[in-house]
Amino acid sequence: MLPEIFRRLVATIPVMGVVAIAVFALLHVTPGDPAVIIAGDYATAEDIAKIRSKLGLDQPFLTQVGIWLGRIVRGDLGTSIYSGLPVSTLISQRAEATIALTLFAMVISVSVAVPLGVLAAWKKGSLIDRVVMVFAVSGFSMPTFWLGFVLVYVFAVSFHWLPVQGFQPIERGAWPFLRHLILPALTLSLVYMALIARMTRASMLGVLNEDYIRTAFAKGLAPRGVLVRHALKNASLPIVTIIGIGFALLIGGAVVTESVFALPGLGRLTVDAIIRRDYPVIQGVILVVSGVYVLINLVVDMLYVVLDPRIRY
Amino acid sequence: MSSSTHVLGADVPGPPPPVVSAREPVAERLSAAARAARFVRRQPTLVLGLIVLAVIAAGGVFAPAWWTGDPLEMRPVERLSAPAAGHWFGTDNFGRDVYTRTIYGTRVSLIVGATVAIASVVLGTTLGLIIGFYRRLDAVMMRVMDGLMAIPAILLALALMALMKASVRNVIIALVIPEIPRVIRVVRASVLSLREHTMVEGARALGARTPRILARYILPALVAPLIVQATFICASAILFEAYLSFLGAGTPPHIPSWGNIMAEGKTYVQLAFWIILFPGLFLALTVLAVNLVGDGLRETLDVR
Repeated sequence: MLPEIFRRLVATIPVMGVVAIAVFALLHVTPGDPAVIIAGDYATAEDIAKIRSKLGLDQPFLTQVGIWLGRIVRGDLGTSIYSGLPVSTLISQRAEATIALTLFAMVISVSVAVPLGVLAAWKKGSLIDRVVMVFAVSGFSMPTFWLGFVLVYVFAVSFHWLPVQGFQPIERGAWPFLRHLILPALTLSLVYMALIARMTRASMLGVLNEDYIRTAFAKGLAPRGVLVRHALKNASLPIVTIIGIGFALLIGGAVVTESVFALPGLGRLTVDAIIRRDYPVIQGVILVVSGVYVLINLVVDMLYVVLDPRIRY
Repeated sequence: MSSSTHVLGADVPGPPPPVVSAREPVAERLSAAARAARFVRRQPTLVLGLIVLAVIAAGGVFAPAWWTGDPLEMRPVERLSAPAAGHWFGTDNFGRDVYTRTIYGTRVSLIVGATVAIASVVLGTTLGLIIGFYRRLDAVMMRVMDGLMAIPAILLALALMALMKASVRNVIIALVIPEIPRVIRVVRASVLSLREHTMVEGARALGARTPRILARYILPALVAPLIVQATFICASAILFEAYLSFLGAGTPPHIPSWGNIMAEGKTYVQLAFWIILFPGLFLALTVLAVNLVGDGLRETLDVR
């Protein structure tokens, strides 16, 4: 098992290498001189030259790639053009809000979607099944930020139950922290929830047709036991896979959700950086987020062994 | 609407049509109607999605005909007025009519959705066919695709928009690039399995060259899955255009789009919720309709 984890980790290196080169190449494949674009509309020739040498754009292309990769390997993501702070510092400052938001949304989604999917599969064709499926399709079509505004309007503006926006670090107490995250996490979780519920239902439908399920029911086990211990466990591989793959949706949604709720997270950092054309920050965030995505899917791969003892690495 | 239903209806296998002689035109009309009715019964989601989409598309194409005004006209005196007889969806911060802007906004969404879907499927299929058929390219290119797909689509699109001027054309480019690897992967998987198929071996034995095999044997088998994938790409492109515009990195402010109407309403959630409510409803409904069409097509064309 351990050597396999190591082998898998090594296998992610080429993927991350491609990500790093792609993120770097972005600057060069887009039309126009990147230094001019980054400097903005009111820049002088001096500003442009300064940015060009600061980003190493005056070097030959392959040298630039080499320098860039060398820096990343050492964990140096460069410095922000706007604030002059190291990009890694900016990212770690903003990580808390994003991690809290996505984890909270993940917990909500999984704990609602999996039972819904199981129920829909068990009662296939019933009213519950149809309601769950309609929910899944419409949830998947819902514009995240619009849902956020609707929730704000109902729960914060009209009823004053929850704050309109903002963030409280967890050091200020668990309740203020959670209170500020309830609406954003709900907003963010809907799409993910729809995806997981759909996959759970589809996967459960396949398993529920198996003979051993009939046997389990026939020997008089309670439905709950059969569904959870016999069916869900065997249906779990595709569900876990979609939880990993869908994480990309969660990140995309987080960018927009943070903007609606004014959360000081990585999404806001990116959007601000885009408005200021602060390219090192944009590159750093993409690199870190893609790395997390690759690692999460690696963990999912490893979970297969736990969930299905037949799989051996 | 009726013509598209009919065309699609013709593909549904069913009992043979009743024999109709030339003297009985009424019976022939009935059978067409009956076939349409059967199609609606079998594919309610597809038909519902197509109807909603047709209505929305008609709204966008014939925008001036739907009692709209000038989407850019500002009337500061009437700013932030609530929905009423003169302004069905209220007005925004500049006194512009939200109803007019929402109807005009349909255009950007539909153009972006359709163009991104077609462009990414065409480019992705071309590249996928080449990569899938030339083994030497395959291993390297798939590692590259894995890497590109590890970058969340919305972040890649945002980064691209940061380097390009805000315009509808650039939004389309920024949304097509993240989709291409995803199309390539689907195409490549099909090519790999079809390449070993007996019909391909037979064609090769008869002396057919690779381009001919790709065009005559591989491509036709890809049409159905690609149509379904194009529909889902269209739905997500419509959503992503709104996200980009909402974040200020999409359609420029002088072209009304659902995303930038809502972006301008962001500051007035508590005062003038209608600026966000109505464009968002249109957006959600359109994406839902496209997703329903996608689900329906997947069933009708029996993909996966």
